[in-house]
Amino acid sequence: MRSAVIAGVYEFPERTTTRSVLEIQALSARAALADAGLAPKDVNGYFTVGTNPGVGPLATVDYLNLHPTYIDGTTIGGSSFVAHVNHAAAAIAEGRCRVALITYGSTARSSGIAVGTRERIAGEYVDQFEGLYGISTVGLYALVAQRHMHVFGTTSAQLAEIAVACRRHAGLNPVALYREPITVDDVVKSPMISSPLHLLDCCVITDGGGAVVVVHPDLARDLRTPPVRLLASAEAIAHTSAGHRDYLVSAAAETGPRAFAEAGVTHDDIDTAMIYDSFTITVLMTLEDLGFCKKGEGGRFVEGGRLQLGGALPINTDGGGLSSNHPGMRGIFLVIEAVKQLRGECGDRQVKDCRVALVHGTGGTLGTRHSGATLILGRA
Amino acid sequence: MAEYTKPLPEITPESRPFWQGCKRHQFLVQRCRACGARQHYPRGVCASCWSQDLEWLPSSGRATVYSFTVTHRTQARGFRDELPYVLAWVELEEGVQVLTNLVGCDPATLAIGMPVRVTFEDVNADVSIPRFTPA
Repeated sequence: MRSAVIAGVYEFPERTTTRSVLEIQALSARAALADAGLAPKDVNGYFTVGTNPGVGPLATVDYLNLHPTYIDGTTIGGSSFVAHVNHAAAAIAEGRCRVALITYGSTARSSGIAVGTRERIAGEYVDQFEGLYGISTVGLYALVAQRHMHVFGTTSAQLAEIAVACRRHAGLNPVALYREPITVDDVVKSPMISSPLHLLDCCVITDGGGAVVVVHPDLARDLRTPPVRLLASAEAIAHTSAGHRDYLVSAAAETGPRAFAEAGVTHDDIDTAMIYDSFTITVLMTLEDLGFCKKGEGGRFVEGGRLQLGGALPINTDGGGLSSNHPGMRGIFLVIEAVKQLRGECGDRQVKDCRVALVHGTGGTLGTRHSGATLILGRA
Repeated sequence: MAEYTKPLPEITPESRPFWQGCKRHQFLVQRCRACGARQHYPRGVCASCWSQDLEWLPSSGRATVYSFTVTHRTQARGFRDELPYVLAWVELEEGVQVLTNLVGCDPATLAIGMPVRVTFEDVNADVSIPRFTPA
């Protein structure tokens, strides 16, 4: 177990907003600190992505007038905020800070950013070899989905089960973007975006943001509510590009075993899992690689409502990126929802007697290089 | 020559030999003289052992399709006017994977494992873009 606890969380509720990226983060930080029972002056560690906005931590620290003794701008895609929890725990254990604030804000929806289908060129060296061919985020995940279907016989209907589960949960979340139920048929008949991924295999585009407060366990008695325990954390980067890759194995295959070993829990102990759902294939691959089922059996595993509330492994109880909230990098929402579940605050979508939750963020694209970050969290 | 509206490579000193090869309609693969590893994309060091002692080998240009996706919606420059198009990973005979487009084919006939060969589009005086087409 890591010597850090999660004391406060907040998810910015608007899916379309007129507020700025910085203001979203300020409101989220204030609410997460209030949730923890702490004050802005208590914060001495600060974490955000380097793209958020400009040079990242500098802009936000200035706007919030923070005075951190520890600053981290780790940017590894949508999983970044999951990794930030890992880094905050390490910094706290090392005595570099005691109250770590993680924030995120984005106005992707109101800015008209087509997160999934825009040209995925980041100004990197590798663009001159990969950026010439009409690459988009959805296309790069679709390559993995197509291969998975070819090798293992996975079907579009099986992938659709994941979208159906998330939509059902979104129906129980008052602030989710899309709440009307959908069926497997709806998903497989929705327009093809990049084969084999249909529109409803893809995450939504929203504005949004949030904040998480990670603190030293010694502060527990000062907090408003008993904090959630960090049982394990792990991160990895996979599919680095020497030109010899197995695209059907993701970074989760590295982080999963490390996290389960550190937490000392088994898959059967996981009451709910928040799995980054940029696309349905992301969830299926992650579940396999984390070891919830054997590689190649993910299609059968997700059938029969297993991932829905009441099933053996309810995932993304907020509705996930597929139906609730995806402003571009949704890792922070995975952490927030897991904490709310472990505190029993989820109302209609509460997992009964939720004691242990798993979080896994995927950043970058499965079809090229990507990061994975896993947390295992325990009820106070 | 019609105006080329898709992205062009920003060629750097370490990648110039690759692009010079493309200009000659040769797809070059890097091989490390220290450890023997072959790699793509090309770079200044061997990704296996970090040696700088790399040589450029002409590949046969023959490959098989590792995976592909038929893109029906995109914002990508030059491509949004040519929907649908095919993005693919192919595996060269020399053992390295290459991200590319599959061209000159009916998307409905594509399959993972099918043989393809490299083809080059001469887009300006300096740049020829490698793509793959059914062999």
